[in-house]
Amino acid sequence: MTDPTPFSAPVTTGGAAAPASSRAWLDASGAARVHPVARRAFEQALDDGWADPRRLSTEGRRARALLDGAREAIAAVVGARTEEVHVAPSHTAALHAAVLGTAAGRRRTGTRAVASAVERAAVLHAGEHAGLDVVRVPVARTGAVDADVFAASLDDGPTALAALQHANGEVGTLQPTEAVHAATTARGVPLLVDGGASVGHVDVGASWDLLALDPRDWGSVPGAGVLVVRRGARWRPVAPEDEDRFFPGGPSVPAAFAAAASLEAVLADRAEADRRRRALVDLVRARVAADVPDVEVVGHAEHRLPHVVTFSCLYVDGEALVTELDRAGFAVGSGSACTSSSLEPSHVLAAMGVLTHGNVRIGLDRGVTVDEVERFLAVLPGAVAGVRALLGAQSL
Amino acid sequence: MSADAGTVVDARGLRCPLPVIRLAAAALDAAPGAHLTVLATDPAAEHDVPAWARMRGHAVVGSAYDEAAGTWSLTVEVRGQVPAA
Repeated sequence: MTDPTPFSAPVTTGGAAAPASSRAWLDASGAARVHPVARRAFEQALDDGWADPRRLSTEGRRARALLDGAREAIAAVVGARTEEVHVAPSHTAALHAAVLGTAAGRRRTGTRAVASAVERAAVLHAGEHAGLDVVRVPVARTGAVDADVFAASLDDGPTALAALQHANGEVGTLQPTEAVHAATTARGVPLLVDGGASVGHVDVGASWDLLALDPRDWGSVPGAGVLVVRRGARWRPVAPEDEDRFFPGGPSVPAAFAAAASLEAVLADRAEADRRRRALVDLVRARVAADVPDVEVVGHAEHRLPHVVTFSCLYVDGEALVTELDRAGFAVGSGSACTSSSLEPSHVLAAMGVLTHGNVRIGLDRGVTVDEVERFLAVLPGAVAGVRALLGAQSL
Repeated sequence: MSADAGTVVDARGLRCPLPVIRLAAAALDAAPGAHLTVLATDPAAEHDVPAWARMRGHAVVGSAYDEAAGTWSLTVEVRGQVPAA
């Protein structure tokens, strides 16, 4: 599209305008720092595509052209037709629309949804909201479902929808979408693949009937999600009539344009970003296990995303640890109950049978530096020890 | 499950990870084969007690949830101690 300049790895902080700072952003899952190409494309689209793309004026047509170009570019990346690509206001909205619209379209066919136990909450909750009986397929300690177990669940009753993430954004484990798609296709059940944690980082392949993408995860600006629905997948609007059947009111053209431009940019140097970040993840996995007592690094060791690594520390209050690390200049995520807004611990960690407390989730965006990761690894053991000491749990 | 409850560690009302910490402290003084039962109201205990037992080489021999009281009751059998790393 516009500017194919890749966001080359050695650039330190994500945003071009971001001031030099000692803070390290290690919580990039679903919230990568804004890629310079996304920023430039967004600004260009504010100049050229600010108008309502539904209007017939020159300005409206220009906005329409930018939106259609964005959809076409995204379609080319995922191997779809332009008309199959729908731009949503957010990733959550895309997942909701996928589940609710499929449930409505297949109401007469099935009243169940079969999903992995580690799907995003937006998928599981949307299934329940649609009145479906949501069957959660258990996962191994690695976080992966067994394709045969998933297939067997499809046969337990009439199924409206199957849902399996391409990879889990909380622990990084890849799922067997190809085998599961073969099973759902054989049974005539549409498969929703949540590619939110994968697209921009790894190839998601063609094993899906509905595919959701999260532009924020690859460094685009907030304000857009993407849902791709294969022609032939039964889908019915659940909102009142609107020109945009999928996302009433239509998308933000600048956010859509930034999403497409930055997707092309991150794919242009994906191999290099992949190599760099895998090496950093390997470093984190090895050093955390070696330097922190009573820690469990979770998620599959090899069959995984290149940029996500998660571990849980025994006898550690996750909230206290995240706060301590933040004070030291490191932003990290956590699936521990006390750190999220919910009182329940992470359903992902619980389904895997791993420790839900003392959890730290690292998401490395492409702007991350070796220095940031090294500094984090130097600070972590002391932070863990400090939190344990506060709880009187040093020598358990 | 109806395993012998053994020594009871009452961690009701405590937030994670305190139930696991109290249980681990009790396990330090327990002989191999002894049973320890932790009572907890924090929902994380349901997952974290078995994960702790696995990491420490103990065995979960009983697990129950009293819905009316909102209390989990988890019983572990202390095996040979895996020393703290």
